[in-house]
Amino acid sequence: MAQRDYIAPTSVEAAIGALTSAGAGARVLSGGTDLLVQMRSGRAKPGLIVDLKAVPGAIGVRQAADGGFVIGAATSGAVLGEHAALVKAWPGVVEAVNLIGSTQVQGRASLAGNLCNASPAADSVPAMVAARAIAVVVGPSGQREVPVEQIPVGPGKTSLGPGEFVTEFKLPARPARSADAYLRFIPRTEMDIAVVGAGVNLTLDASGVVTSAHVSLGAVAPTVLLVAEAGQALVGSKLDEAALAKLDAAARAACRPISDKRGTVEYRTQIAGVLARRAALIAYSRAGERA
Amino acid sequence: MSKKHVTTTVNGDPAEFLTDPATSLLNALRDELGLTGAKEGCGTGDCGACSVIVDGRLVCSCLMLAAEAEGKRIETIEGMAQSGVLHPLQQKFLEHAALQCGFCTPGILVAAKALLDANPDPTETETRYWLAGNLCRCTGYDKIIHAVMDAAADMRQVRRAS
Repeated sequence: MAQRDYIAPTSVEAAIGALTSAGAGARVLSGGTDLLVQMRSGRAKPGLIVDLKAVPGAIGVRQAADGGFVIGAATSGAVLGEHAALVKAWPGVVEAVNLIGSTQVQGRASLAGNLCNASPAADSVPAMVAARAIAVVVGPSGQREVPVEQIPVGPGKTSLGPGEFVTEFKLPARPARSADAYLRFIPRTEMDIAVVGAGVNLTLDASGVVTSAHVSLGAVAPTVLLVAEAGQALVGSKLDEAALAKLDAAARAACRPISDKRGTVEYRTQIAGVLARRAALIAYSRAGERA
Repeated sequence: MSKKHVTTTVNGDPAEFLTDPATSLLNALRDELGLTGAKEGCGTGDCGACSVIVDGRLVCSCLMLAAEAEGKRIETIEGMAQSGVLHPLQQKFLEHAALQCGFCTPGILVAAKALLDANPDPTETETRYWLAGNLCRCTGYDKIIHAVMDAAADMRQVRRAS
């Protein structure tokens, strides 16, 4: 039987050192809601489990001086859902995180785990991508800041190098009249994996015209997509039918899904357009309430 | 393989045990501490039969390593009845016949207690969503929900009276 160990380093440097010297056999642990399932099934057999929750800053939310937010990588969904200022500023991000699993899973599951597990159907990722969130990555060669959509590169695969891990996420400061929304489609009401997910993040001017919009889609490609054309379709509009139809078409055009037990290519593509429309309308209405 | 020494608090009492690095908290509770109330239904965090409360937070003990329990405060079903007196939730589960085979019941009781600790006056919808991660293949859920709502009402009344 392979050698196994568990450590909970109390500094970033110690964590990098342990991961680097253990090499490919090491796995990072934050909430563990994916890793422990993979260990149980035998898909993951880490020789060293490096628990990052004791690293300073790994858990918690703080508001930066410019009004943006910094979220510790291992902060649980439950903690995010209880953070009133974060919920107010980023309702779409929080509703996306809070859709992951059950109350029990919410007590553990983290943004970094959801991102680095690299499932194309991860619920928090489209919302984070639409929010233009930045992942702060540390490793043996120092620190770098990476847009979240560049972390997953395919199902179960990330762009993180040996010894690297995410320490925190940065959400940018919000201009006035900004809001976001995330919707996912599942065939039941709870406890399921997205057939399609859609995140929309937009900013309005004083007259209600969209001045900037970001649209992302989950579960319709090997990685979560940031669909620039879909965002562009909304800019300059008040979300009239013409703009929504352009959004719908751009969302569908970006889809490269697979057919599986959750849905066919045709179904997922159709739903992507519908969810993008609905999420845009919710984000628009939320932004309007902040006039 | 090096065993980890874990010091923790279980149902208010100090507890320590040795564990393999990859052992789940559920297995440590059951095999090292002899607390067999938490059950393994799925082992993948889908069924909630292993629910426990760690530092005030409801979790699946199958999705947490025993080594992660170092310094933590753990509440299990074994701590729910106080001095031989059933918790109101336990009493209401009996009155409403909210269990049949009973395998899921410890997890549901712990999850329901976590709900009422956080929100003494939940709506039925809130209760159903909160318990969505606890599967029961016997009752069809209605009796469970009624028992939780009834217990919540009783507990609010007792709190007002005191």
